[in-house]
Amino acid sequence: MPTFVKRIVGALLIILLLYVVHMMMSREGLFGFGIGAYPADILMLIFVNIILAVSLNLINGFTGQFSIGHAGFMAIGAYTSAYLTVYHGQHWERQMAASVGETAATALVFLVAILVGALAAAVMGLIVGIPSLRLRGDYLAIVTLGFAEIIRIVILNIDVVGGATGFSVPGYSNFIWVGGFAVITIIIIRNIVRSDIGRALISIREDELASEAMGINTTRYKVLAFVISSSFAGVAGVLFAHYKKFLHTNDFQFIRSFEIIIMIVLGGMGSITGSILGAIVITVLPELLRQLPTINLFGQPVNFADLRLVIYALLLIGIMLTRPQGVLGHHEFGLNWLKRAQKRPEGDEALGASKGVPIAERDAPTADKSKEAKNQ
Amino acid sequence: MDTFVQQLINGLTIGFIYALIALGYTMVYGILRLINFAHGDIYMVGAFSGYFLANQLGLASEPSLLSLGVVLIGAMLMAALAGVIIERFAYRPVRKYSRMTTLITAIGVSLFIEYLFVAVLGNAPLSFPQLLRLPEWLPSSLQPDQNGNYRLFGRASLSIVQILIIGVSIILMLILQWIIYRTKLGTAMRAVSFNLNSAKLMGINTDMIIAFTFALGSALAAAGGVLTAQYNPTIYPLMGIITGLKAFVAAVLGGIGNIPGAVLGGLLIGAAETFVVGYGQNIGIPSTYRDAVAFSILILVLLFRPAGLLGSTVQEKV
Amino acid sequence: MKRILLALGLITTFVFGLACERRGGGGAGDTGPIKVGLYADLTGQTSSFGQSTKNGVQMAVDEINKAGGINGRQVQLLVEDDQGLPAQAATVVTKLINQDKVHAVLGEVASSNSLAAAPKAQEAKIPMITPSSTNPKVTQVGDFIFRVCFIDPFQGEVMAKFAINTLKAKTAAVLTDVNSDYSRGLDQFFTDNFTKMGGRIVEKQSYTQTDQDFSGQLTAIRSANPDVIYVPGYYGQVGVIAKQAKQLGIKAPLLGGDGWDAPQLFQLGGDALNGSFFSNHYSYEDPRPEVKTFVDAYRARYNAIPDAIAALGYDAMKVLADAIKRSGSTDGQKLRDAIAQTANFAGVTGTISINQERNAVKPATVFELQSGKYVFKENIYPEGMTPPATTSPANTNTGTANTGAANANTAASPAAANANTANTAKTGNTK
Repeated sequence: MPTFVKRIVGALLIILLLYVVHMMMSREGLFGFGIGAYPADILMLIFVNIILAVSLNLINGFTGQFSIGHAGFMAIGAYTSAYLTVYHGQHWERQMAASVGETAATALVFLVAILVGALAAAVMGLIVGIPSLRLRGDYLAIVTLGFAEIIRIVILNIDVVGGATGFSVPGYSNFIWVGGFAVITIIIIRNIVRSDIGRALISIREDELASEAMGINTTRYKVLAFVISSSFAGVAGVLFAHYKKFLHTNDFQFIRSFEIIIMIVLGGMGSITGSILGAIVITVLPELLRQLPTINLFGQPVNFADLRLVIYALLLIGIMLTRPQGVLGHHEFGLNWLKRAQKRPEGDEALGASKGVPIAERDAPTADKSKEAKNQ
Repeated sequence: MDTFVQQLINGLTIGFIYALIALGYTMVYGILRLINFAHGDIYMVGAFSGYFLANQLGLASEPSLLSLGVVLIGAMLMAALAGVIIERFAYRPVRKYSRMTTLITAIGVSLFIEYLFVAVLGNAPLSFPQLLRLPEWLPSSLQPDQNGNYRLFGRASLSIVQILIIGVSIILMLILQWIIYRTKLGTAMRAVSFNLNSAKLMGINTDMIIAFTFALGSALAAAGGVLTAQYNPTIYPLMGIITGLKAFVAAVLGGIGNIPGAVLGGLLIGAAETFVVGYGQNIGIPSTYRDAVAFSILILVLLFRPAGLLGSTVQEKV
Repeated sequence: MKRILLALGLITTFVFGLACERRGGGGAGDTGPIKVGLYADLTGQTSSFGQSTKNGVQMAVDEINKAGGINGRQVQLLVEDDQGLPAQAATVVTKLINQDKVHAVLGEVASSNSLAAAPKAQEAKIPMITPSSTNPKVTQVGDFIFRVCFIDPFQGEVMAKFAINTLKAKTAAVLTDVNSDYSRGLDQFFTDNFTKMGGRIVEKQSYTQTDQDFSGQLTAIRSANPDVIYVPGYYGQVGVIAKQAKQLGIKAPLLGGDGWDAPQLFQLGGDALNGSFFSNHYSYEDPRPEVKTFVDAYRARYNAIPDAIAALGYDAMKVLADAIKRSGSTDGQKLRDAIAQTANFAGVTGTISINQERNAVKPATVFELQSGKYVFKENIYPEGMTPPATTSPANTNTGTANTGAANANTAASPAAANANTANTAKTGNTK
C-alpha cells in the first residue's frame, strides 16, 4: 500500500474508534452497550492528561529545559476560552445556527474557543519563554512555577470569571473533541521531534554549547518549544473546562503541574509513548486505589482506601527507586520496539563512570541512557 | 511612622522564619543540586515534634524559657533524624540518576509525609502550647506589658515572641556559620559542595557529610516550625506546603546554594509581603495579590541577576 | 501512526474490559439498603471540615441504623475523598451515582466543590443536600440540590444589622480569606448591608488559609481605627487573628460567622476572643434535647465538642432520612419532592424548613464569646420567618430560645425581617 493510502486508512480508523467510544459514552450507548459515566469521566481525564504530558515532554524531555508550570498555561487556555463561550458563545451560536445549522454552529464556536485558548496560552508561553533565554536549570524551573502561581492568583481575583466561587462553563466538549485533539497533539509533537526542529531541540538537550557551536539558534528553538508546548496545554485547558463545565483555580495549583511532570518522568523523559503511558497510570492509579478494601490488621479494621494517597506516594517513590529512568526511558513503545532498541547506538557507557560529577553538571538524559544500557 | 516601623518588624519576623527554612533548601542544593521539596514538610514535622514533646513531657502547662529550650532542641533533633532517614532511604538510592528522578522522588516523599500525617492526625488545626515566659525574678522594667509587648514609640511595639524569633534565628545562623567555617565537618561540607568527586578522593566520607547536611537543614527548619508556633499556635499537617514554597522562593531569590543569600532572600520576601499588605493599596495592589508579589519580585530579580541576588557561578556554595 | 493506533487500541481494550456495561435496567429499586453517598475533602487543605462533616454524617447514619433503619431499610454510607479539588469532586460524585448507585448525595463544605459536583447529581436526578455550602448559586444549579445551612446574604446581613443596631458601629474593617468563597461571600453582603445602613468600611484586608502571620494586615487595620472588625473566616485562622490583634493593642471587637464555631477556636485564640461576636446556628450548650443528645453522643464517640460543620453534616443526613421516611421511597423524583416539603424539622442547628429556593430557612443566633463560652445575644430571623411569639425568660441560658414555634412557609410577614432588635434577649449567665 502506498503511504498516503495507509495514512488515510489510519485516520479513518482513528475517527471511527473515537466515534465508537463517543457513542458508547452517550446516554443511549451503542447497540445497548455503553461506558459507565465514571469510567467515561476517567477516560476523558486520561486524554486531557495525555495532551498535557505529551506537550510538556517537548520542553522537559526533548529540549532538556526544566518547566514546572504547565498548569498555569492550562489555566490560561481554560479561562480565556471559557470567558469567550460564557459571554459570547450563545450569541454567536444563534447567529450562525441560521446559516449552517445548530450542530455545526456549536462545533464552530467551540473550535474558535479552542483556537483562542491555544493562542492565549501560546502568547503566555512566549512571555515565559523569554526569561528562558537567560535562565538555566532550576532557576528556569522556579520562574515557570512562579508564573503559573501568578496566573492562578490573578485569575482568582478576576470576578468576571468567577473569582473564588468558580466559573460555570457550557459543556461543549465531548470524547471526539478530547480524543481527536489528543491524537492531533501526539502526531504534531511526534512530527516536530522527527523534523529538523526536533533534532535541534534534542541537540540543545544533549549539549547546549555544542549545538550553539553547530550554528543552531538555541534561543529561538527554546522559545519555539515553549510556545508550542504551552499552546497545547492551553488546548487541554479548553477541553477540560468545557468538559467539567466548572472552573476553579484550586484545580490549577502547582501540585497539578507536578502531576504532569510525574507523568512524563514516570513514562520516561523523551518518549512520547512513555508520556501517554504515564498519563494513563497517573490518572487511573488514584481512582483504582479508591477501590482498596478494609482489612483487619492486628485486630483493627484498617480502611486502605483512606490511605490511598499514602500508598500512591509510596508507589511513586518505589517506581523512582526501581526504574529511575521511567518505565520506557527514551524508548518508544510499539510493534517494532525491539528491533529499534537493538539498533540504538550505545556510545555513552563511559559516562556511567562519572558518578562524582555534581549532578547539575551531568546531563540528565545521558545519565539515564547509561543506566538503560546496563539494564538491557 | 509608627505603622511603618511596626510593619517592618512584622515583616522581618516572618522573614527570619523563611530564612531558617530557606537555609535548608540552599544547603542541600549546594551539595546535591537537589530541590528538596519535602523540606517544607520537615518544617511541619518539626512543629509537630515540638507539640508532642511539650505535651508528653508536661511542659505545656509550665511555660518557661527552659521548657521552650527543651522543646526547641528536642524538635530540632527529631526533625534532624527525619531528615537523615529521608536522605538515607529515598534520596541516596536515586542520587546518581537524573535530576528529574530525584525531583519526583522528593515530590513523592513530600506527598508521603503530608498524607501520612493527614491520615493519622487529621487536618484539623492543633493548638501549640505557648511556652514563652520570662522568669519571675526579672525586674519589672524588663518584663513586657500584659499583651507581651515592649513599647517602642507611638503605637509601634516589639513583642516578646518577635524578639524570640529574631534572636534565636540569629543565634542559629551564627552557629551555622561557625560550623561551616570553623569546624572540620564544615570544611568537609564545603569541599563536597565544591566538588563531590574530588572530595571523595580526598578521603571525605561524602555519604556522611550529605547526611549531616540534611540533619543540619532539617534542624533549622524544625526551629522555624517551633518558633512560628509560638507566634501563631495553629499547626496542621499541610502547614508546610506554602511556607515551604515561599522559603524556596527566598532561597532562589538570594541565589540558591548561597547561605547569606538564603537569609537575605528570606528577609526580603517577608518584608515585601508585609509591605504589600500594609501599603499595596496605596499603589494599586490589593492585598489579595500578596502571594503573587513574592513571585513577581523573584522573576524580576532573576531577569536582571539570573543567579539570584548573591549567587554566582564562581562563588563557593555550601 | 502504528504506535498511536496501538496505544489507542490498548486504551480502548482497557475501557471495554473494565468499563463496559449494559445500558438500560434502572438503578437499585425500593428494596435493599439505602445508599447515601458523601463526598468531602478528607486529605486536602480544607480536610478538617471534610472530616467533621464525615463524623457528623456517620453518627447520624449509625443512629438511624441502630433504631432499625428507615422504613425497615438500613442506611449504607459511602464516603469518597475529593482532596478539596472541584474537578475531583465532580469525578467522585459521578462515581457515587453511576458506579455505587447511591440514592442521594451529601456534600461539600466549600461551595466551589459543591458547584462542580451538583450538575452531576442534577443530571442524574439524584437529590443532593449540601450540609454547609453557603453560596446562593449552589442550589440554583437545579431542583435536586438542597442545603441545610444559611446562605451568605443572610449571614452577612445579620452581622451588619447587629453591628449597626446593637453595637452602634459607624466604621468597620473587613479581613477576608481570599481563597474562600464563603469568606468572600460574607464579606460582600456584610459590606453591602453595612454601607446601606449608613456605616463605612474603612479598611479591607485579606489573608489565605495557609498564612502563618496576620500582623501585617492587623497593623494596617489598626491604623484605620475601625469600630468593629469583620472576620468572616474559619476558626483555624480566627483564633490566631484575635490573639495577634490583642497583641497589637486593637480594642475593636471582632465579628464573624458560623465558620468560627469549633472547640479549637478557644484553644487557638484563648482570652483574646473575649468580647467578639459571631452568628451561628446554635450553641453546643443549648438545652434543647436535639442539641444535647447530639453533643453528648458526639463527645462520647469522638472525644471532642462538635463544630458547626459536624452538626450541619448530622442535620443533612437527618433531613434526608426524614424525607425518605415520608416519601416511603428512594426514587430520585419522589425523594426530591419529599425533601422539598421539609418543614419545621427539629434539627440540631435549628428548626429547618426548606423554602422555594431549596434553601434552609432558620434563624441565626448572635453569640458573644466570653472566657471560652458562647453567651447568647440575640436571634435574627430571615425574611419570611416569624419569630416565636414569646421568648421564655427562663430559657435564656446560653442558647437559642426558639424551639418549634417558627413556621416559614405559612406566615410570610415582611416585618419579620426587621424583627431582630425587637426580639433581643440578653443574658449575662455564662454557666
